[in-house]
Amino acid sequence: MLDQPLETHGDGVAPELDGAETLLEVNNIEVIYNHVILVLKGVSLKVPKGGITALLGGNGAGKTTTLKAISNLLHSERGEVTKGSILYRGEPVADLTPSDLVDRGVIQVMEGRHCFEHLTVEENLLTGSYTRKDGRGAIAADLEMVYDYFPRLKERRGSQAGYTSGGEQQMTAIGRALMSRPETILLDEPSMGLAPQLVEQIFGIVKRLNEEQGVTFLLAEQNTNVALRFAHYGYILESGRVVMDGPAADLRENPDVKEFYLGMSEEGRKSFRDVRSYRRRKRWLS
Amino acid sequence: MPDQLIFAMEVTINGLLNGVMYALVALGFVLIFKASGIFNYAQGVMALFAAMTLVGIQQGRVPFGHLINEIFGTDVHYFGWEVPALAAILLTVVVMLAFAVLVQKFVFKHLVGQEPIILFMATIGLAYFLEGVSDLMWGSEIRNMDVGLPQGINDAIDAATFEIFGYGFFIDNLDISAAIIAAILVGGLIAFAQYTKQGRAMRAVADDHQAALSVGIKLNYVWVLVWTLAGIVALVAGIMWGSKSGVQFSLSLIALKALPVLMLGGFTSIPGAIVGGLIIGMGEALFEFSIGPMIGGATENWFAYVLALVFLVFRPQGLFGEKIIERV
Repeated sequence: MLDQPLETHGDGVAPELDGAETLLEVNNIEVIYNHVILVLKGVSLKVPKGGITALLGGNGAGKTTTLKAISNLLHSERGEVTKGSILYRGEPVADLTPSDLVDRGVIQVMEGRHCFEHLTVEENLLTGSYTRKDGRGAIAADLEMVYDYFPRLKERRGSQAGYTSGGEQQMTAIGRALMSRPETILLDEPSMGLAPQLVEQIFGIVKRLNEEQGVTFLLAEQNTNVALRFAHYGYILESGRVVMDGPAADLRENPDVKEFYLGMSEEGRKSFRDVRSYRRRKRWLS
Repeated sequence: MPDQLIFAMEVTINGLLNGVMYALVALGFVLIFKASGIFNYAQGVMALFAAMTLVGIQQGRVPFGHLINEIFGTDVHYFGWEVPALAAILLTVVVMLAFAVLVQKFVFKHLVGQEPIILFMATIGLAYFLEGVSDLMWGSEIRNMDVGLPQGINDAIDAATFEIFGYGFFIDNLDISAAIIAAILVGGLIAFAQYTKQGRAMRAVADDHQAALSVGIKLNYVWVLVWTLAGIVALVAGIMWGSKSGVQFSLSLIALKALPVLMLGGFTSIPGAIVGGLIIGMGEALFEFSIGPMIGGATENWFAYVLALVFLVFRPQGLFGEKIIERV
């Protein structure tokens, strides 16, 4: 449907973050799984310090793969970055292990939460501090900080994570990442399987963490509507390519984004069926 | 009290103490299986290797003596010193650590993400390789293991039970010390897993490899740790069995006794390995005592496996197998 980049609104930086240092730079990367399956076909993006950058797109667009390429979790899934480069603070990440990256302040919260089911909520949070060497006191203080942001987790601290609800698990996963004192969190699909109210709450906390703790987020999300309300800048991926990018406010107003991802058009809100048939027709024509 | 009941009590106690030995071997399997999903066929050979190494170091033997003599035409067998038991045990632990590092570096590091059956086959290869290495390193003669554990009948129990029942129980000191050491070992392992940072990392890896990677836990490091722990457990099992029946090749076959224990107790549960071992030890002793004479005896050879089969049919995850937590 959108095979070529239609329009580029910006240079990866939202107006309110103008002049911010670029933390993460992904340059035209290509990712191949199992030596044959080409998943990313040249994705480039920039993540400025202190921003919330959203990666949007449908199933199989390449959002998760992009995040895993950055955090180097691809290797364990037989994926490989075959072209392009990824720089964090100007340093190539290709030869770093996920552990090295956590040490440098980049941590991923994986899609589907991935809590340690048989560990308690508190033990889950503490595993996040595995790479830290600044002592028990600092870790205990951060644990309290996490409990301040997620009071629900404090109530559930002694329960096995496998028995907590989806929302609590998502909070545990984010809290666990926070325990590593990250500079950047790669947050994959935080809304997955959660009720709209909970999604709202989790995004609210992400926003607060961004503003109060200065955590930079790169967030992959299918829920375009929510993501664009909380993010500063957005990239839209389709079948392994960035097809559009711009400040979140601009993307929200873009007629194509409105039609394809927000289910709205000039004539107002369309039914899902209409959007689908419209999309199909447009793809035939292009 | 009728005589039969008193005999049964003695048999039960001895069976339980035997069960502790089975449990020790099973424990080594559980540790590795839980943390890495590898069913380590080499666990029994590791016990043999550890016991051989311990005896070799203790007696001051030259490792690879035969090989060195063959190549250089020399005639060295002993260094001419004897190492105290405790120091020899510590040195053996270092050897098991080195073994864990090598196994990780040369075998399993290259097999990350492979099918369980491939990992299992790798451990079969490892078992035969290690068997050969221990032969080459220390020779294949039967050795006596003596690390200063008390041997022989416990007189105190003999006297006390004679006082009460008018019949003295024959209980071996070695079995009692094995039970005590096993209890300390298990207590230590559980405390390590529950209350230390590395122990927590170990449990995290057991739950979810990917997530453990994502929070910065180094899988290789944790796996070396787990193999070292399994090596230590193998060493303890090797000491116990070796003291009992000599250090020889058949020591590696104790692994076979651990299989029914694992099926009973579950492959993923440390308490399961203990309870499974005790049940099998006690069960086979009592079965031999009560039913054995009616069907011609020697039931100890097969009782455990039949019990395991029954469990496979009715409760395949074992008594304490990890509950699969799943929310829909």
